[in-house]
Amino acid sequence: MSASDEPRAEPAAPPHVVNPTSRVAGIEARARVRRAVRSWFEGQGFLEVETPARVPSPGQEVHLQAIPAGDERYLITSPEYHMKRLAAAGLPRIVQICRCWRGGERGSHHQPEFTMIEWYRVGASLDEIARDCEALVEVAARAVGHWPSVDVPAGRGREGKSGKLAVQAPFERVTVREVLSRFAGIALRGDESVDELRVLATHAGCKSGTAATWDDIFFQIFLDRVETHLGRSRPTFMFDWPLPLAALARRKPGDPLTIERFELYAGGLELANAFGELCDPVEQRARFVAEAELRRQQGRAVYPIDEKLLAALAEMPPTCGVAMGFDRLVMLATGADSIRDVMAFADDEA
Amino acid sequence: MPTYDTSDIRKGLKVMMDGAPYTVVEFQFIKPGKGAAFTRTKFKNLLSGAVIERNIRSGEKLESANVETKTMQYLYKEADSFVFMDTSTYDQVHIPSETIGDDALFMPEQIVVEVLFFNERAVGVTLPNFIEQKVLATEPGFRGDTATGVTKPAKISTGATIAVPLFINEGDTIKIDTRSGEYLERVGRA
Repeated sequence: MSASDEPRAEPAAPPHVVNPTSRVAGIEARARVRRAVRSWFEGQGFLEVETPARVPSPGQEVHLQAIPAGDERYLITSPEYHMKRLAAAGLPRIVQICRCWRGGERGSHHQPEFTMIEWYRVGASLDEIARDCEALVEVAARAVGHWPSVDVPAGRGREGKSGKLAVQAPFERVTVREVLSRFAGIALRGDESVDELRVLATHAGCKSGTAATWDDIFFQIFLDRVETHLGRSRPTFMFDWPLPLAALARRKPGDPLTIERFELYAGGLELANAFGELCDPVEQRARFVAEAELRRQQGRAVYPIDEKLLAALAEMPPTCGVAMGFDRLVMLATGADSIRDVMAFADDEA
Repeated sequence: MPTYDTSDIRKGLKVMMDGAPYTVVEFQFIKPGKGAAFTRTKFKNLLSGAVIERNIRSGEKLESANVETKTMQYLYKEADSFVFMDTSTYDQVHIPSETIGDDALFMPEQIVVEVLFFNERAVGVTLPNFIEQKVLATEPGFRGDTATGVTKPAKISTGATIAVPLFINEGDTIKIDTRSGEYLERVGRA
């Protein structure tokens, strides 16, 4: 872990909060949203599960930093590995609302300890998961009396101005290639070399600096030219990600350069990430090995490969799953500017 | 020149980009779609005042800018420059009128300002947010007229013309916001 991966606390931190009286409204809204979300999942026939918070193999993603928790275990960065093992074990609809931990992540939308809603539907399409997301945003907005539009504070607003966001279904649906073409003038295939992608970035006016990997250059273009346009008049699903950003997702049938993945953007928040789950243990192992090698090269902690997950993937039927930031869902519904506004105590107030 | 990385980014940090000095005015930690950490940063160009936004990936380096702020007192005006004195060393510097620009309209003699130096050269001054000045000339007011929103022009001794309420008279001392050039309140009567 290099020192630059440890961002400082935002200076907006209220000094020495002992009793968060100013947070009472946020804490109450959070409780209402939680109750409504639980009840919606129950109505949909989901089973609420609990999986371990301390695990031997935390998320392998190159840019996640798991926090050590003693006995050669780490706090989970997401519950996905264990929930997939439950899906493989034959549970068709499962949900978990749980704490996750990601070292070094601090900002107005980030806390190192936060709450995730993660759910899986065996046999479902990614579009069914998108419709779940639309329903949950409605459930959350109604739970706090902000329907059919929510407030967007200036800090999250377009060009720094406050406004409203209509959150009725259907949300906008775009693909990565469409928005790269529309906002950055880039025709992306997904099999470009790092050097080819760098040339495309430069032509689009994006300075990728010393970026040496495909994903670093991609996200430079995405942040510089695309991201601020998404989820502004309606929430936006961005589907069909290029193969180099596959993580744990499967390729689209008949389109080997595209993976089944979406991210949901709403009112300046990145709200959810969904995958058509990769069930191929051979390909998944190859991706884990490649990611571990990247982590090693970048001087990051390297975690053991989760053999129990790989064994389970062989048994897992086609499944789609998604992780939604619960704190951010409450922020969206209530119009909060900072994640602190919807937490009883932030990390530096604990 | 020393360099900074993204974990050093704070409001007021001075960096060089594309040959010009910038100061950080706003920043936010972001982490897009399982990607690397970036700091979305707004910078103000210290020479032109223009604000730009950059997304800086964790791991990138920023070059520090050779800028320095000195507290100085404005002494007097010469033909095409203003003379300031460093309040700690008593050194005097001449700053061209074009560098001071419209700030001169709110700069009475003896006022203490912050002077910004870039590569040892004075490039601008920051006035105190508020000054108090006597009204030199204005149309006569009407006693007791406190209607709000109605104003008239008033000239102050530094040369600026300010919109003031009708009850302000010549010789009154008024408080002015130097950033907007707006009248705030009357602090002394003629």
